[in-house]
Amino acid sequence: MKKSAFYGALVATTLVAGMASAGTLDDVKARGELLCGSSSGLAGFGLPDANGVWTGFDVDLCRAVAAAVLGDATKVKFIATTGETRFTALASGEVDLLARNSTWTFSRDNDLKLDFVAVNYYDGQGFMVRKDLGVSSAKELDGATVCIQTGTTTELNLADFFKANSISYTPVTVADDSEAQRQYEAGACDAFTTDASGLASSRSAMADPSAHIILPEIISKEPLGPVVRHGDNNWGDIVRWTYFSLLIAEEKGITKANLNDVIAASEADPAADPETKRLLGIGDNDMGVMMGLDKDWARRSIGAAGNYGEIFEANIGEATPIGLARGLNALWTQGGLQYAPPVR
Amino acid sequence: MTQTAFTRTEMLPPIAPPISERGVVKWLRENLFSSIPNIILTLAALFAVYWLVSLSLPWFLNGVWHAETVQQCRQIIAETAGPDASGACWAVIRVRWNQFLFGLYPVEEYWRPTLAFALMFVAIAPVLYSGLRKPCTIIVGIAAVLLSLALYGLGTDGWHGFVAVLCLAALTAVAWIAPKKLVWVTLVFPLLAFFLLWGGSVWGPVSVAIAFGILGLAFVKLASARGLLVASLAVALLFLCCFVNPIRLGESFLSNLVYLASFGTYDYVLHFDLRIGGYDLTELFPLHSALSGYLDAKLPIGLLYVRSDDFGGFLLAFVIGITAITASLPIGILLALGRQSDMPLVKSISVGFIEFFRGVPLITVLFSANFMLLYFLPPQTNFDLIVRVIIVVVIFASAYIAEVIRGGLAALPRGQYEAADALGLDYWQAQRLIIMPQALKISIPGIVSSFIGLFKDTTLVALVGLADPLTGVRKFVLADSAWKGIYWEPFIFVGAIFFVVCFSMSRYSMYLEQKLKTDHV
Repeated sequence: MKKSAFYGALVATTLVAGMASAGTLDDVKARGELLCGSSSGLAGFGLPDANGVWTGFDVDLCRAVAAAVLGDATKVKFIATTGETRFTALASGEVDLLARNSTWTFSRDNDLKLDFVAVNYYDGQGFMVRKDLGVSSAKELDGATVCIQTGTTTELNLADFFKANSISYTPVTVADDSEAQRQYEAGACDAFTTDASGLASSRSAMADPSAHIILPEIISKEPLGPVVRHGDNNWGDIVRWTYFSLLIAEEKGITKANLNDVIAASEADPAADPETKRLLGIGDNDMGVMMGLDKDWARRSIGAAGNYGEIFEANIGEATPIGLARGLNALWTQGGLQYAPPVR
Repeated sequence: MTQTAFTRTEMLPPIAPPISERGVVKWLRENLFSSIPNIILTLAALFAVYWLVSLSLPWFLNGVWHAETVQQCRQIIAETAGPDASGACWAVIRVRWNQFLFGLYPVEEYWRPTLAFALMFVAIAPVLYSGLRKPCTIIVGIAAVLLSLALYGLGTDGWHGFVAVLCLAALTAVAWIAPKKLVWVTLVFPLLAFFLLWGGSVWGPVSVAIAFGILGLAFVKLASARGLLVASLAVALLFLCCFVNPIRLGESFLSNLVYLASFGTYDYVLHFDLRIGGYDLTELFPLHSALSGYLDAKLPIGLLYVRSDDFGGFLLAFVIGITAITASLPIGILLALGRQSDMPLVKSISVGFIEFFRGVPLITVLFSANFMLLYFLPPQTNFDLIVRVIIVVVIFASAYIAEVIRGGLAALPRGQYEAADALGLDYWQAQRLIIMPQALKISIPGIVSSFIGLFKDTTLVALVGLADPLTGVRKFVLADSAWKGIYWEPFIFVGAIFFVVCFSMSRYSMYLEQKLKTDHV
């Protein structure tokens, strides 16, 4: 051990020991506001509308956390972060929670010292081509020009995929989504690749969506989820279980609309589903206290924007312009991957 | 035979030159078709212009202003101009206009930045037109009229709109009666704008103003009694004693340094939770925060506090641009003088500063503002991103301005310096009365050109996550599924506004050059 490091650690520990080190939960409660790192504009996932009100799939998760922690879904401040600034903003304490379609990877988890607490959307990289190109599989794209955003994991996935299938391509690098769509529509590239959710929303915005098809191959795993700082396990648990409460609510059929009815029914009926009772803190169940919240935390998180399914349908589901099917993001009971551990 | 001599009794009236030597034909012949290569070039240029216009004009003419989504735009264009016609969808600008101007600033508070913007014209009028009555009154009057229109357009509530317009009307009267007095508006404008834009308690800016008032007064009294040097030192000491907590400052700086030296930057940021936390700026300025806290408790007056993250669009560009422009000029002058100084320390510091910041790209400096500065400041410091960005932009711009002014200084003949010495003026008197007025006059085009570049560079702040109009706002507006698929319209709109601002600056600099012209050639 280097001497200077030893002295430094000594100084640090002495000083730290003399202070009450406040966790993120205490910081948020003292501030009375949750700082949520959000996307700087991604359709369906997080963007401000014409009145400056943030909406989206990730945004609603932040609202649920704010509701569970502070008792008010509006007490959340969204801070736009870019692909470059997002992890620094989290590490330096500018935001308490990053809910910004960030892919959970090994190096981000270990090297950047972040904690991905859950996967709220299972995405994967796909391709979109014009129908008249006559291509039905990504493996037929030999020699194609492909529009691709620079500096993303998608760029690396693309190289891997073409290499693995021993076919060639010419990349057309673009800076952002709107430019990619512009180039693709102008015919500068044969195929456009990004996350399948992004392809779906781009396709729906085209002048003639039916002239374009999304190829069946998904060439990468992109598990997107909320991120917190490494080391504050209590705060990580709160975000994780807030998310799980939304999943369990969908599993149990608890919606924003019937929440109060379910509570009333469970209170009246001693034979009602015991896990629902534990989740909603009915009777002498006070599971929320174990993680530093109160027993009503899940009532508030579900009441903020509804259960997982409702949030999905309202922001990116098939009724919205984004028009995504549940697919991998269906509950495990319906053949998807969304699975919450039991509340016990 | 008699010879009759023919003599005209009157002059012939001059006849018009032949058609090929006058009017449009002459101009065309001389300028466009004077030789074969010119004819070819003219025809090629005409063709290029025709080609560009024929491609873009229908797009502009088919533009749609009233629609709620891009799909509606396309539908309207298809109905009015045929199914294959292309057209601009300006509706996105109309619907999201407020966000291009203000970013995510709270809607009901729009009157605050608008008023601050109008007051900015009042503040710069006496500076731009050296307190001349007519131009000052015209500028302030126009600002007042535009403010009332803007506030009406933004749907400001009656009370705030009334106060704001009344304020501007009163200032117009002041501009007419005593234009020189407007300088006071210029002096308080930085604090006033800060209060209007960020809000919070009124006592914060007020106590800063009181502090500066006391320090300024002390400086003037001491300077006349004891001389400039003593006064500067004494006031600096007074400032440190009263307003900065030196123990805290030293302690937090040292502890950071120790930590940084022992663990290195990498661990330092990762183990943010181990850093010696809990300092913030209020502890470094105890008297100021105590004073404003006390006043706020007694008499809570203030506006809704707006976080910097909500600043965006042209509001952000103007806040950064104007602050940087006003701060970089004096710093640039000092650096230019420092570079010419005979004192080795001052000279080398100035040269090092200028060369370093001219040698690195602005983007590098912006990234360091975002990431690096946080590591060197007391942990958990509530040190705003916009303030950090403004500081680095000022530093960056000062280095450029310094070199432009050095050009002006170099252009002055040596005789001017010698003449100042011969008159017995000391260094600062010579600079103020003889050197700077001439050097600055020579440097006007360069200075204004730097300012224009600086203003346009404010769009680079998008890289550190701020919502500038060109990238930040455009990105989230176009991410909306109602407008996804639009591309050129926001660029054209934002470009047009930047052009208007930069062109005005350029025109003003030409006016100033004309006004200050002393060589009667």
